[in-house]
Amino acid sequence: MTDTPTTTRRGFIRAGIAAGGALAAAAGAARAGTPDPLITEVQDWASGFGDPVDATPYGMPIEFESHVVRRNVEWLTESPVSSINFTPIHALEGTITPQGCAFERHHSGAIELAKSDYRLMVNGLVDRPLVFTFEDLLRFPRHITTAFCECAANGGMEWGGAQLEGCQFTQGMIHNMEYTGVWLRDILAEAGVQTAGKWVYAEGADASSNGRSIPLEKALDDVMVAFFANGEALRKEHGYPVRLVVPGWEGNMWVKWLRRVAIYDQAVESREETSKYTDLMADGTARKWTWVMDAKSVITSPSPQVPIRHGKGPLVISGLAWSGLGRIVRVDVSRDGGASWESARISGDAKPKALTRFHLDIDWDGSEMLLQSRAIDETGYVQPTKDALRAIRGVNNVYHNNAIQTWWVKPDGEVENVEIA
Amino acid sequence: MSRSPERILAGALALALSGGAALAEPLGLGRAALPEEIAAWDVAVLPDGTGLRPGSGDVATGEEVFAEQCAACHGEFAEGIDSWPALAGGIDSLTDPRPVKTVGSYWPHLSTVWDYVHRSMPFGGAQTLSVDITYAITAYILYSNGLVEDDFVLSHENFTEIVLPNHAGFIVDDRETTEYPLFRAEPCMSDCRGPATVTRRAVDLSVTPEDPDGRPAGTIPALTLAAAGDAAPAEAAAAPAAPAGPDPALVAAGETVFRKCAACHKVGEGAKNGTGPALNAMVGAPAGAVEGFRYSKPLLEAAGAGLVWDEASLDAFLENPKGFMKGTKMAFAGLKKPEDRAAVIAYLQSLGP
Repeated sequence: MTDTPTTTRRGFIRAGIAAGGALAAAAGAARAGTPDPLITEVQDWASGFGDPVDATPYGMPIEFESHVVRRNVEWLTESPVSSINFTPIHALEGTITPQGCAFERHHSGAIELAKSDYRLMVNGLVDRPLVFTFEDLLRFPRHITTAFCECAANGGMEWGGAQLEGCQFTQGMIHNMEYTGVWLRDILAEAGVQTAGKWVYAEGADASSNGRSIPLEKALDDVMVAFFANGEALRKEHGYPVRLVVPGWEGNMWVKWLRRVAIYDQAVESREETSKYTDLMADGTARKWTWVMDAKSVITSPSPQVPIRHGKGPLVISGLAWSGLGRIVRVDVSRDGGASWESARISGDAKPKALTRFHLDIDWDGSEMLLQSRAIDETGYVQPTKDALRAIRGVNNVYHNNAIQTWWVKPDGEVENVEIA
Repeated sequence: MSRSPERILAGALALALSGGAALAEPLGLGRAALPEEIAAWDVAVLPDGTGLRPGSGDVATGEEVFAEQCAACHGEFAEGIDSWPALAGGIDSLTDPRPVKTVGSYWPHLSTVWDYVHRSMPFGGAQTLSVDITYAITAYILYSNGLVEDDFVLSHENFTEIVLPNHAGFIVDDRETTEYPLFRAEPCMSDCRGPATVTRRAVDLSVTPEDPDGRPAGTIPALTLAAAGDAAPAEAAAAPAAPAGPDPALVAAGETVFRKCAACHKVGEGAKNGTGPALNAMVGAPAGAVEGFRYSKPLLEAAGAGLVWDEASLDAFLENPKGFMKGTKMAFAGLKKPEDRAAVIAYLQSLGP
C-alpha cells in the first residue's frame, strides 16, 4: 500500500479540472497527458529574487495559509471580551500549537501588561508575604514543560447532539505548548507555606481576576509560573508576561496575567469554581472541583473542514489524543462507527499531559465511513462514547465532554459531524 | 531573610501533610509585601467570611444602584437580558431541560456574590464599587431571589447567617469511583456492535460559521483552487479614487477596537438597541436621539442642552465616560489611548444609517 506511487500535484490539478472536485476515478497512479508547464516552463520564482532578509522582522505565515486562523462562534457569547475562540486544529500537524492561532478565552479581554509593570504577590498563610518583580522571576531555577491546555467547555455545545461542523469548533478549545518558567513550589518556598495552608488561590491582574483555588498538593507537584511559550515570550492573549500552567487540569485554572497567589486553609469558592466550571448532573446536584481533563482524542483529518479531495486509495488519517492523567499509550480508530477497531501509530513523542499525534495509513476504497478514534491513557482509561457519559451525567452537563467523536465520511469525500445509534 | 528553624519545620510539616514534592531552600528573592499592598490586592472573600470588610448596605440602596450599574445586562429584576447571566429566579429548575443557574437556584455561597461584585463588576468598570455599595447590591440580589424582605440590611455581622438554597447541592468530583472503574475495562476490538446508523447531523442545525462558499469556516482550500489563485492578478490596484471620508486603515483599526463596545452596542444593517443604543450614523447626530433607547437622565439633560456627538465630544466621552457625564448608564471604563478613540470614531463615521 505504502509503496504505491503517490499522486502528483499535476495529477491533482488535471483531475480537479476534469472532475470538478469529485475525483474518485482519479485515484491511484496519475499519468500526465500533456507536459506540466510548472515543470517545463521556467517559473518566476525559479529565476528572479525572492524576499530579502528582514522583509518581515517577525514573520507571519505565507498568504496561502490565511484560512488557518482562530475562529469564534459569535452566537455563543454576548460579548467578545468575555468569550472564546477555537484553534484551527483541523489545519495543524504535529503536536505544538503556534501561539498565534492557539484558542483564546478571556473573561474581560486580553490586557496589555508590561514586564516593568508586572508584580506577583504571595500572601495568606505564609511566613513572609512577598512581592516579586518580573526580574525576580527570571532568577529562579528555570524549567521546561510541555502541556495541553483544554477549556473545560471544549465540546460543551455537543452534549445535546451533533451541532457544529468541524473539529475546530467541536474540539478546538485546546492548545499545546512548550513552556519555560519556574515551578510554583519554588516561589512558595520563598514565602514559606504554613502548616494550616491547604489551598493555593491564583488570581489574574485583569478585571475579571478569574481566581481559582488549587489544592496545595497539585501546586507543589507540577504547576509552573511560565513566561515563555514555544520559545518566545507569551503572547498578550496567552497572559503576557506571566501565566500559570496547570498540566492536565482544566484551562480555566491556568490563570493569565498572574498577579497573586495566596495560601488558604479552604477553597475560596470563587465565581469560576461555583457558578461556572461545575458540572450539573441529571438529578440536579452538581460536581465541583472536577479539575482533571480525562483522556480524549479526535481525528483532525479527514474532518468536516478537511474533506477528502483525492479520491480513493492511500489516505492518511491524522488525529490528536491527550489525557490529563498522564501519557497516551494507544489510540484506536474505527471506520464503521465502533463495530471494529484498529490501532493507529503514535507519531513522535507521547509526553504526559500533552497532545499526542496519531496517524493511521489506510487504503480507502471510496466507500462511506463512520470514522471514530478512542484514546487510551497509561491508567488504562478508555475514552468513552457520548452515550456512556450521558448515562452517568445526563445532558445538562456543559463541561468535560471527552466523548468519542463520529465523522461521517461520504463516498464523495465530504465529511459531516454526526451522532449514531 | 532569616531562615528560622520553626519555618523550616513548618515547611516540612506542610510537605508531609500535602504529600507533595520537596520544597526548595529559599533563595532570598522578592521583597516583603507591605500591609497597604496586601490590603489593596487581597480582596478575596471566602465562604466562612474570611476577608469580609466592615460595612453594610440595604435592599433599597441596592435596588437603586443595581438599576444604574447592573440592570443593563442583568435586567432590572436580576432576571438577565439576552444571554447575560440571570442572577435571580430558576428555583427548582436544575433538572429541567434548560436549567437556570442563578444565585438563588444554584450558587452555593453568598461570599462568592460579594467577592465577584466587589472584585470584577460592573462589567467594564471593575473595582469601582465601594464596600457598602457591594453589601447593598448583594442584599438586592438576595431580595430579588425572594430570600430576604425589602427592609433587609446586609452587613459583615449578619453575612455568614445567610445560607443560599442550593448550599448542599454540590458534591466533590467523584469520577474516580463513578466513572473510572467503568472506563478502565479492556476495550472491544471487533464485532463490538451491530451496524451503525446516523441519528443526528450537525448540518441540520446550520449554526456553524461558514465561508463564503457555504462550507464550514476554515475549510482547507482545494489545492487546485490554491494554484489557480496564484495566477489571479491583484484587482485592488483598480480601486476607485479614495472617496472623502475616514481613512480606511483607521476604520479597520476602529472595527477591532469596537469589539470592546460590541457587547452592548450593535451596528450595521438592522442593528437594534441592546444594552446600549444602536450606533449607526451617530457621528454628528444629536445626543440621546436613538429611537426606543432608554437613556440616563443626565444624558437626556445634556441632549436637551444641545449636546451633539461630534469628534470632540465623542473623544472626551470615550476617554472617560463617567467623568464626561456623571450618571451615564455606560459602565465602560473608557479608552485610554488617543489612537484607539480616533480609530473607533473613524469606524463609527464609516457606518451608514
